[in-house]
Amino acid sequence: MMSWLPENISIEGEEIDFLFYVSYYLTVVVFIGVAVAMAYFIIKYRAKPGVKAKYTHGNNTLEILWTVIPTFILLVFVLMTQTSWAKLKLAIPQNPHVRVEVTGKQFNWIVRYPGDDKKFGTKDDLVLDNQLNVPVNKQVLISLKGADVIHSFFIPQTRMKQDVVPGRTIPLWFTPTKVGKYEIPCAELCGFGHSGMNGEMIVHSEADYAKWRKKAWAEKDK
Amino acid sequence: MSETTADAHGAHDHHEGGFWSTYVFSLDHKMIARQFLWLGLIMMVVGGILALIFRWQLAWPETQVWGFEWISDESEGMPEGYVTPNFYNMAVTMHATIMVFLVVMPILVGCFGNFLIPLMIGARDMAFPLLNMLSFWVAVLGAVIMTAGFFVEGGHAASGWTGYAPLSTVPEYTGVFMGQTLWALSLFVLSFSSLMGSINYITTLINMRTEGMTWFRVPLVVWSLFVTAILGLLALPILGSAGAMMIFDRVFETNFFNPAKGGEPLLWQHLFWYFGHPEVYILILPGMGIASELLPVFCRKPIFGYRAMVYAMLAIAFLSWIVWGHHMFQSGMNPALGSAFMMTTLVIAIPSAIKTFNWLGTLWGGSIRFTVPMLHALAFVILFVIGGLSGIFMASNVVDIYIHDTYFIVAHFHYVIFGGSVFALFGGIQYWFPKMFGRAMDEALGKVHFWLTFIFFNMVFFPMHILGVGGHMRRIYNPMQYEFLQGMQPINVMITLSALALGLSQIPFVFNFFATVFRWNAKWFRVLTQAVSALVVGFIGYKSVAVMFEGMMEPEPSTGARIAGTIVAIALAVWIYRYLEKNMAPLGADAPQNPWDANTLEWVAPTPAPHGNFGPTLPVVRRGPYEYSVPGEEADWAPQTETIDPKYAEAGH
Repeated sequence: MMSWLPENISIEGEEIDFLFYVSYYLTVVVFIGVAVAMAYFIIKYRAKPGVKAKYTHGNNTLEILWTVIPTFILLVFVLMTQTSWAKLKLAIPQNPHVRVEVTGKQFNWIVRYPGDDKKFGTKDDLVLDNQLNVPVNKQVLISLKGADVIHSFFIPQTRMKQDVVPGRTIPLWFTPTKVGKYEIPCAELCGFGHSGMNGEMIVHSEADYAKWRKKAWAEKDK
Repeated sequence: MSETTADAHGAHDHHEGGFWSTYVFSLDHKMIARQFLWLGLIMMVVGGILALIFRWQLAWPETQVWGFEWISDESEGMPEGYVTPNFYNMAVTMHATIMVFLVVMPILVGCFGNFLIPLMIGARDMAFPLLNMLSFWVAVLGAVIMTAGFFVEGGHAASGWTGYAPLSTVPEYTGVFMGQTLWALSLFVLSFSSLMGSINYITTLINMRTEGMTWFRVPLVVWSLFVTAILGLLALPILGSAGAMMIFDRVFETNFFNPAKGGEPLLWQHLFWYFGHPEVYILILPGMGIASELLPVFCRKPIFGYRAMVYAMLAIAFLSWIVWGHHMFQSGMNPALGSAFMMTTLVIAIPSAIKTFNWLGTLWGGSIRFTVPMLHALAFVILFVIGGLSGIFMASNVVDIYIHDTYFIVAHFHYVIFGGSVFALFGGIQYWFPKMFGRAMDEALGKVHFWLTFIFFNMVFFPMHILGVGGHMRRIYNPMQYEFLQGMQPINVMITLSALALGLSQIPFVFNFFATVFRWNAKWFRVLTQAVSALVVGFIGYKSVAVMFEGMMEPEPSTGARIAGTIVAIALAVWIYRYLEKNMAPLGADAPQNPWDANTLEWVAPTPAPHGNFGPTLPVVRRGPYEYSVPGEEADWAPQTETIDPKYAEAGH
């Protein structure tokens, strides 16, 4: 199943993949255990002439065991997860390298880049439809906004997903590690154009990113 | 109070009503149960066809759906059989809405709740027969309103069965006008139906248990329906209120949910899921109860850990109120809450695990009979295990960041609701059919139906885990619009082919059901039943071989594949035909009073059970429900009315 995961291209995504593998191995082992036991019982205890079923109402030791052991395993699993959750959702980066504002609007991602003043909403902002340009190996902080209905900003290769809610600004951050082009689908049903609401993230090398910025603002000023 | 009710009904035992009071506005819980069954089965056909339409679109995007080419090109939804995006969203929305509210709830809760509670606790009817009748007819009203939505201008609701605001509350965002309002109105009405049922079930079970039917002698399926009724009593008003608020927003221009005018869209999600998570357990608890009922009967041994089973259900009922936030990890809700909800969600996994281990314990040391109901109960257990384990992925708030709103969740809830609830539903129908209709459904046809359904259920829903892991979003109209999904399209095609096979697999069930109800046992009808079942299997075999030769993406098989497919198809068809010819019993023959040698009270009642259920005196309970293979007893079963050796009385409660 893991081979079906798209390639991960972000530092933050590694946390998610690690916990995905943990869940995967945990559930596969439990499933095999239960399935084997069940198959064994089904074959061994099929009705045979002259053999009566065991008369038993249960076993308290077993009940305690199969309550306590799963509780313990799940508790460890919860604790393992919470550090990652805090890192991914609560520890908003104070000094990200790049700040971008993305607004979900039926059926586009409107991407706003601040100019050299590093502030949004000023004259030197650059606004592009459905195109997110970022440098490689730098942390990106995106402020997600919604203009109409709820959308969900999703970049499968970075493992990142966040609903976009009109009336709120929700932060999302990641650090891409590989140059290339990646899709940004909308993952929450947002109307008849939901399917095909798809942006593009271009991860540039550092030099290319500088070049892109220069060219983009030059074109804008024309 | 139970005494007076009993006498009042006893006097009616020989009373024969007219057509209207017997079949339409009946007050008899058994007739109301059958009415709910018909309602659910009819709506299941609608829900299933909707699913096949959108599956077609996913496999072969923007092609004419086979069988719908005749539709006029002026149609808004499916011009000339092409699925439009809005129609697609509507089909997805209505498939889920119908299956949840008009199939699984009417059958598992409405039908089995009504039929089993009075019979299994030794009561003559429900506590409030008139309320019971109203509950059914209000459900019909809800179904009519829901169906009307298909015919209004702008089409039916198309904002997902979860109806997230403001997509659902501002008509301009979807272009759907009356449809969505009718959807909310129907849910509002249906919530009243469930509420009436719940009040009735709770009152009946608390007050009308027969002498000796102590709480710990109540069969587990009745326990499960009791817990379900409590959840329904508390959860459905929330849905009703949320539905009313949606109607207010849409019709009277209030702004509960519209952020453009100061409303709060997440409020809808909180209301919906605060109802929605208990609702999930309303859908699965009766299934768990049915499995717990069938396993001991066909293992010929007491259920393992009866009390643990009861406590687990009560724990689920309590915990189901504090887990709703796991649907909202990525919703923009304060992430700190995500940690708390993950914790409670994994806590609720524990009672489910306890139940699973106890089912395994019941199999251990049994003397297992592989009847059709038992096959469904066994399938329920293993499919519920898969559905439960895949839930761990989403319960982890971190892993959920990636797989939220992908096909992984679609796979998960179908394993629980189809693999769990619907398999229990089929098993329950086959098991209680003799008492419900006075005749037994055929085992051979039932086995053909079971195996086809089991195989193709897994072939439809297991690969969805893979799609989800690949990032395939749910509710998208055309996966080919995304580069990263195109490589997985063969899986989509395989799922759709399997879904078509799953649909065809229901044909033997339909034949079995109607033949038994209406006693169609003429020679020609038997041959037709055998031939159609054989053809279904043969056709599926042909297509499978063609796909194995050519892969998923090649529509026209080569001559070699055609020949191989034809040979396999003929072999399979002959095999099924001859199997059925040899093994089919006379269809619709009268069933004995207790065909399964089961202990519980419904089998003590005569078949068919008369109005008032038990004749002049009510049965008195002297042992637990699952005392099978008691040492020293001649038979491996005895009705709950028999006394038991005091040595074993304590163990069996």
